[in-house]
Amino acid sequence: MANNEQTHSHFPWSHVIGFALSIILTLFALWVGFESGLSNTMIVVVVVGLALIQATIQLVMFMHMTESEDSKYQTGTILYALFIAIAVVVGTIWVMSFGMSHM
Amino acid sequence: MDAVEHSPNTPLEYQSETGRLNILGFWIFLGAEIALFSTLFATYFVLDGRTAGGPVPAELFEVKGVLIETFLLLTSSFTCGLAIHYMRRHSLKGLFLWIGITLALGLSFLGFEIYEFVHYIHEGAALTTSAYWSAFFVLTGTHGAHVAMGIAWIALILIQLKQRGLTPDTSRKVFISSLYWHFLDVVWIFIFTAVYLLGMVM
Repeated sequence: MANNEQTHSHFPWSHVIGFALSIILTLFALWVGFESGLSNTMIVVVVVGLALIQATIQLVMFMHMTESEDSKYQTGTILYALFIAIAVVVGTIWVMSFGMSHM
Repeated sequence: MDAVEHSPNTPLEYQSETGRLNILGFWIFLGAEIALFSTLFATYFVLDGRTAGGPVPAELFEVKGVLIETFLLLTSSFTCGLAIHYMRRHSLKGLFLWIGITLALGLSFLGFEIYEFVHYIHEGAALTTSAYWSAFFVLTGTHGAHVAMGIAWIALILIQLKQRGLTPDTSRKVFISSLYWHFLDVVWIFIFTAVYLLGMVM
């Protein structure tokens, strides 16, 4: 039966590592935003990328998305929702960028 | 309870067919929540900068306050994970302790967020001030309302846990509410990045 081995180990390593990585990624995003001196476009790309990595850590290490027998449906649902989210956000920004000067 | 084949190592919440289906169903609900928040983010990005001569976000956002909120919610997500870890080792005491800490951190997060909103309103940035602030308050407010909902929900589950102990039913409820709680932190990661961080930097 599906479940991952860390579930029954004594020390919750995956949670502690996930927590540490989340803190590091948050502080790194802050550094990229304020101190890195990158161009605005690069800052957007890098911090959004860091946010996606951190979200994946939460889904896999904290929420055990991949642990059960239904893991492929769970993962599929979230990936599909992510596709919808990107289509909605990018599509909206793209569509609304036309003729903003007329508003 | 419908019997399914399982090893003694299978976590309680997965031991019944109903439990497994409820958990899968909740993941599908979370997919719908992602779609909901994506519409609010899309609105926010389109209205970004439309402050109608009123206060602009870079004037009002403060790194310190945002970081406090971020770390409160991130830590609560971590402690919620520890609670599930103890539940799976059949430690009701560990579960209560870490869920209690999670709720306390969640309440502190809400307190800071309400304080932040009141501060903005004092500075002249309210829901009706401009398109930008409408989008801001609807996005962050929807998230905050979810956090408030989560606290009430988990508190009710704790009462049931106290009455019935750890059963496949109660552990399924705890596990599903933990998914919800972690998900709220996932949404906050994007609010932190797209609203606060980029709002201060751009």
